[in-house]
Amino acid sequence: MSRFLGIVWLLAGALLLGAGSHAEAQSNVVLLSTTTSTQDSGLLDVLVPMFEKQSGLSVKTISVGTGQALALAARGEADVTLAHAPGLEKKYVEDGKMSNRRLVMYNDFVLIGPTDDPAQIKGLPKAVDALKRIAESQSRFVSRGDRSGTHVLEQGLWKQAGLEPRGAWYIESGQGMGQTLGIANDRRAYTLTDRGTYLAFQKRVDLPILVEKDRLLLNIYSVMEVNPANGPRVNVAGGKAFAEFMLAPETQAVIKAFGVDKYGQPLFVPVAGKKDEDL
Amino acid sequence: MGLFGQGVLEALRLLVTGDPEVWQITWLSIQVSATATLLSLLVGIPVGALLALSRFPGRAFVVSLVNTGMGLPPVVVGLFVTILLWRNGALGFLELLYTPTAMVTGQLVIAAPIVTGLTLAAVQQVPEAFRLQLLGLGASRPQMIWVLLKEARLPMLAAVMAGFGGVISEVGASMMLGGNIKGSTRVLTTATVLETGKGNFDVAIALSVILLLITFLVNWALSVIQQRRRG
Repeated sequence: MSRFLGIVWLLAGALLLGAGSHAEAQSNVVLLSTTTSTQDSGLLDVLVPMFEKQSGLSVKTISVGTGQALALAARGEADVTLAHAPGLEKKYVEDGKMSNRRLVMYNDFVLIGPTDDPAQIKGLPKAVDALKRIAESQSRFVSRGDRSGTHVLEQGLWKQAGLEPRGAWYIESGQGMGQTLGIANDRRAYTLTDRGTYLAFQKRVDLPILVEKDRLLLNIYSVMEVNPANGPRVNVAGGKAFAEFMLAPETQAVIKAFGVDKYGQPLFVPVAGKKDEDL
Repeated sequence: MGLFGQGVLEALRLLVTGDPEVWQITWLSIQVSATATLLSLLVGIPVGALLALSRFPGRAFVVSLVNTGMGLPPVVVGLFVTILLWRNGALGFLELLYTPTAMVTGQLVIAAPIVTGLTLAAVQQVPEAFRLQLLGLGASRPQMIWVLLKEARLPMLAAVMAGFGGVISEVGASMMLGGNIKGSTRVLTTATVLETGKGNFDVAIALSVILLLITFLVNWALSVIQQRRRG
């Protein structure tokens, strides 16, 4: 009876051993919860191996929207967080869930849209004014709608404009920046995007930049450590080591040079040691 | 040439040049899904056979549960198992989240009902008279079940194919349970999502082609066995 089952057991055991050998002792593991943009830009593919080599720790990068990255950390499901939603981050720090928030780098957001620009926003200095015109003319606008850093910033802008966007013209994609750019391109709609992802998609998206360089469009990335009280098994030392690494001069130099070879311009400006007010 | 053509060429290039990352991703996909399928056979075949042969109150209810389970949405399985495996979760002490073992667990939950349901159907279709004859010839109950399973082994290969096909192609559970971590839990489906998000559509198509190729090869091999034995 058991020959067939024996073979099945044997195979299952062998495969399980094989799969299990990938697992590592978790005490050497740092769980980094971060945003999709740092991953999609390729920056973490450069920085994480650097950190692992220096520290001897191994990093597991969970790249999700900023909202989820912070929520996971607040439950003790991560050891360190790299996010880009200052308002939301400060709330978590105030609530005592996160600590030691420090700026790492920034880049900026841009408003892009169809060349014929039905809402007439091209060249406006203020993003808020641009959004008002888009809402007034009911021109299609694609929102991330996923509580990502980009979405949080967009919501802040609508709030400042005193508007609550609603209607058929306001499309919530619920997806990452890349897919959202694809939808905006397809529907000839306006959207808010970080410059890094926009540069990466330049070849596939023919929506020009219409509004940029507004102070409110700064995209600031900070690193935060996780309060060990959030849950058991938070790797405090590992999280701290990663945070320190992000701010170290060598790392900041790598950030400064990142993207120049591929896009002819850097994707991020390192700002370790500065405060929100300095930018 | 269209984007799709480029993707197919890219797939060939990646396979022929032996791109180490693509091979590693491909191998992990096979390892995780094959393990999950084999484990699901160990659970599903006995449970399915027993369900097929036993009569008890509430059996219809259990069978409909199994049939519902055959269509379990991977993303729901992913979410529930993730919450169980969280550091704060009931099984958090195992520290399994974001490991291939976590992915195997999720895929096992997805595949087991499929195998159970199809085994149930396969064993049930063996004529009742045959079963009675076996018992009449003096077979013990375990012996009878074993002969029935052997009799039903061809339709049960369909269970293997359906189980494996279901788990190697799912993305929701693997994404949540594995975390799509480079070099550790990235499999073909999650890598496809990532590359699409990055705008590398040709690479994404290439990974999809590799995935289709694997599914085809596995099903082809199993079909050959199935059809040969039949002939």
